[in-house]
Amino acid sequence: MNIDLTVIWAGIIGFAVFAYVVMDGFDLGIGILFPRFAVGEERDQAMNSIAPVWDGNETWLVLGGGGLFAAFPLAYAVILPATYPLIIAMLLGLVFRGVAFEFRWRDPRHRAFWDRAFFAGSLVAALAQGMVLGAMLQGIEVADRAYAGSWWDWLTPYTLLTGLGTVAGYALLGSTWLIWKTEGSCQQRARRLALIAAVTTLVLMGAVSLANLALDPDYRTRWLALPDLALAAPVPVLTAILAGVLLGDLARRQREARPFFLSLGLFLAGTLGIGITIWPYAVPDALTIWDTAAPERSQVFMLVGVALTLPLILAYTAWAYWIFRGKVGTHGYH
Amino acid sequence: MFENADALLLARLQFAFTVSFHFIFPAFSIGLASYLAVLEGLWLRTGKAIYLDLFRYWLKIFAVAFAMGVVSGIVMSYQFGTNWAVFSDKAGPVIGPLMAYEVLTAFFLEAGFLGVMLFGMNKVGPRLHFAATLMVALGTFISAFWILSVNSWMQTPTGYEIGANGQFLPGESWWAIVFNPSFPYRLVHTVIAAYLTTALAVGGVGAWHLLRDRDNGHARKMFSMAMWMAALVAPVQIFAGDMHGLNTLEHQPAKVMAMEGHYTSHPDGAPLILFGLPSDEEQRVRYAIEIPKASSLILKHDPDAPLAGLDTIVPEDRPPVPVVFWAFRVMVGIGFAMLGLGLWSLLARARGRLYHWPWLHRAALVMGPSGFVAVIAGWVTTEVGRQPWVIYGLLRTADAASPLDAPAVGASLLAFIVVYCAVFGTGAWYVLRLMAQPPHPHETADPVLDQGPIRTAGITPGPTQNPGGEPLPGDTQTEDRP
Ligand code: HDD
Ligand code: HEM
Ligand code: HEM
Repeated sequence: MNIDLTVIWAGIIGFAVFAYVVMDGFDLGIGILFPRFAVGEERDQAMNSIAPVWDGNETWLVLGGGGLFAAFPLAYAVILPATYPLIIAMLLGLVFRGVAFEFRWRDPRHRAFWDRAFFAGSLVAALAQGMVLGAMLQGIEVADRAYAGSWWDWLTPYTLLTGLGTVAGYALLGSTWLIWKTEGSCQQRARRLALIAAVTTLVLMGAVSLANLALDPDYRTRWLALPDLALAAPVPVLTAILAGVLLGDLARRQREARPFFLSLGLFLAGTLGIGITIWPYAVPDALTIWDTAAPERSQVFMLVGVALTLPLILAYTAWAYWIFRGKVGTHGYH
Repeated sequence: MFENADALLLARLQFAFTVSFHFIFPAFSIGLASYLAVLEGLWLRTGKAIYLDLFRYWLKIFAVAFAMGVVSGIVMSYQFGTNWAVFSDKAGPVIGPLMAYEVLTAFFLEAGFLGVMLFGMNKVGPRLHFAATLMVALGTFISAFWILSVNSWMQTPTGYEIGANGQFLPGESWWAIVFNPSFPYRLVHTVIAAYLTTALAVGGVGAWHLLRDRDNGHARKMFSMAMWMAALVAPVQIFAGDMHGLNTLEHQPAKVMAMEGHYTSHPDGAPLILFGLPSDEEQRVRYAIEIPKASSLILKHDPDAPLAGLDTIVPEDRPPVPVVFWAFRVMVGIGFAMLGLGLWSLLARARGRLYHWPWLHRAALVMGPSGFVAVIAGWVTTEVGRQPWVIYGLLRTADAASPLDAPAVGASLLAFIVVYCAVFGTGAWYVLRLMAQPPHPHETADPVLDQGPIRTAGITPGPTQNPGGEPLPGDTQTEDRP
């Protein structure tokens, strides 16, 4: 494998998707768990812990989608029609959860409604994202530079499994975020939920991994035969270690920040696993990243932009998180 | 075949619906972000509390409008792939990078500093907060820059090559793509449009409160600022629009023919049709009221200059005239109405009656939403006028769509209509409710929130919607500077 611009771009898109999944993941996870929190102070704390950052988090989704459009236009043009109803559902879900941040404060009499919209929107968006992932992994029919399947191909037991796995994973991120950022009854509740979410996530992750082996002989050789095995093996090992420490923390109800970072680690392992599984395809089994890549001039032009702006973006994003550091429930923020 | 045409029509309707809704919010937030920056800057310079009050008043409205702009925008960025897959595949290498630049240079900037702008006054202090406001305002402008470059490239494509696989590929220079011929005109005209739209909205709110209490100093201040904008910027916009039209005549003559209602060629001076009923079937404008030779005068600066009509264009390349014709008149009519309002306000100022002329205030109130109507009308002119092309002269709209079945597109269109009308309708109602509250000294959050759980619990960034909020104990900086 030689490192060319296309590989670099696959890495950048992968990074954007990963950044989106973990950052908006905890926002969406809080939405998914929202009804479990008591009306009043608990919900307000949970909401306030993400109000200043959710928009920035969601922007990574625009970078993931926009970046795919720019760097791998054919992949973008095939995957989106193939998963059309899921994408529309995700977008509408994001509409509801996005406006809920503002609307629930603007209209106390209908706060219960906007809280439900926040929950349902988050749930639908998470489920749809997970199912899009599943639909990609199970393969998309392509003919003549276009999607060639029917518009229900994305709905299978396997995609439901990946969808539920994503919902559970986001709930894990959301609850561990709240353990870190809140205190009192909100934190207590988050601890309880995090344990349930962690167990569910791990079970579903395992199930998806096994299903992957059954899905495609290519995936099987990648994970079970040498020499690929040597490359791939560290991922499950890493996952197991992280999972053990995380479950220990959650069961013993200790540590405030660590569970969140361990959950991030789990997502990183999962993302690496998916990367290994589909490499070098952009649309598994149909189009490789090179088949779908934009020409070199486009890649270079954008790479300049990424090199110049991404460090700045990371810096001011970190600054914004720093400004709102500390527990959300107290005044000082140190 | 019929099935296909149906899906195409539905996809077009869906695009037009979602993008029109989206654009309403940026048109407001581009202008409002700059207005907020001006207000905060004035507060920092002069130390006068009135500017801070107005800043906080409009910040609450900005927060709601911005959230709606963001969620409707995300829909747009995925819509190219879902509904216009062939277009995405073919044009991706050229316009994709421009949109990626928009994300990298604009959306992150806005979103990164928005949190500080809304909730951070007490945490970072006024100066850094002002910097955050400036960054948000800058972000909205950069966003307009890139997306208008994309749109302009689709109107007047330059700097591309056609690849062996049918894709549009970037040529030697990105400069030629980004700064394509219609882009400078479109950028200037659209950004000014956003400023005017905001000015008229602010003026309408000021006028409403002046009608109820002409001594409200805060309402006076915002009304006066808005009327200066209308008086000074409306003429500039008319001039910019004229330039834009001349540019369009050069690059997309068929669009101008549709705007003017010129079905037939006029070898010795074309009339300006003020009103009439264009009919594509009869290929003529019925009941036309026209000024002889005026169109040639405007477009060619010579009353006798010949002007070609749609009869010189092959039928399958003609845009639908009635929509373009009327949308254009709505926009231009509103442009002149804005100019009229601006002039009236100057007269009122000269007579010292700016705050004591109820008819002026009523007119400003009626004109409050006019900017939104004008921008949508302008876009309809632009986009329908370029039909049947999506990339002008190169890719037909009919050849650009995704391979989707009509029921799929129909169902999603229906879902968008229901959800947008409900959600954004409610949002608009919340904005109107905020506007209905008179601006007052010591503007903080709305009264509801001040007694709400957030307040009593004292959570920060607590008064979520109390941006800038009441100063915290020991924090004297956010109030009027001594
Ligand atoms: C407040 C909004 C507003 C106002 C008052 C006007 N316009 Fe406008 N116009 C726009 C907002 C706008 C717009 C929404 O920004 C458009 C749509 C696309 C574009 O480039 O700008 C536009 C497009 C547009 C076009 C189409 C250009 C093309 O697609 O090639 C022309 C020729 C004009 N305008 C001309 C005018 C004139 C002569 C005006 C004078 C009265 C005027 N506009 C007022
Ligand atoms: C935000 C302001 C905009 C408005 C209000 C607007 C409005 C419209 C309308 C009314 C149509 C339908 C035309 C028809 O079907 O006859 C359309 C089509 C289209 N516009 Fe725009 N547009 C806007 C901006 C843009 C931008 C910035 C882009 C490009 C990035 C764009 C790309 C398209 C495309 C691809 C179509 C294809 C579908 C078609 O031509 O029917 N539009 N738009
Ligand atoms: C079809 C074309 C368009 C697409 C795909 C698009 C895409 C988007 C997206 C994804 C966002 C959300 C960004 C975030 O997450 O913060 C957004 C917001 C925004 N867009 Fe659009 N947009 C389009 C048309 C336009 C036009 C024509 C303008 C201005 C002239 C514009 C100006 C803005 C601005 C200023 C925002 C910030 C949010 C707001 O102000 O409401 N967009 N757009």
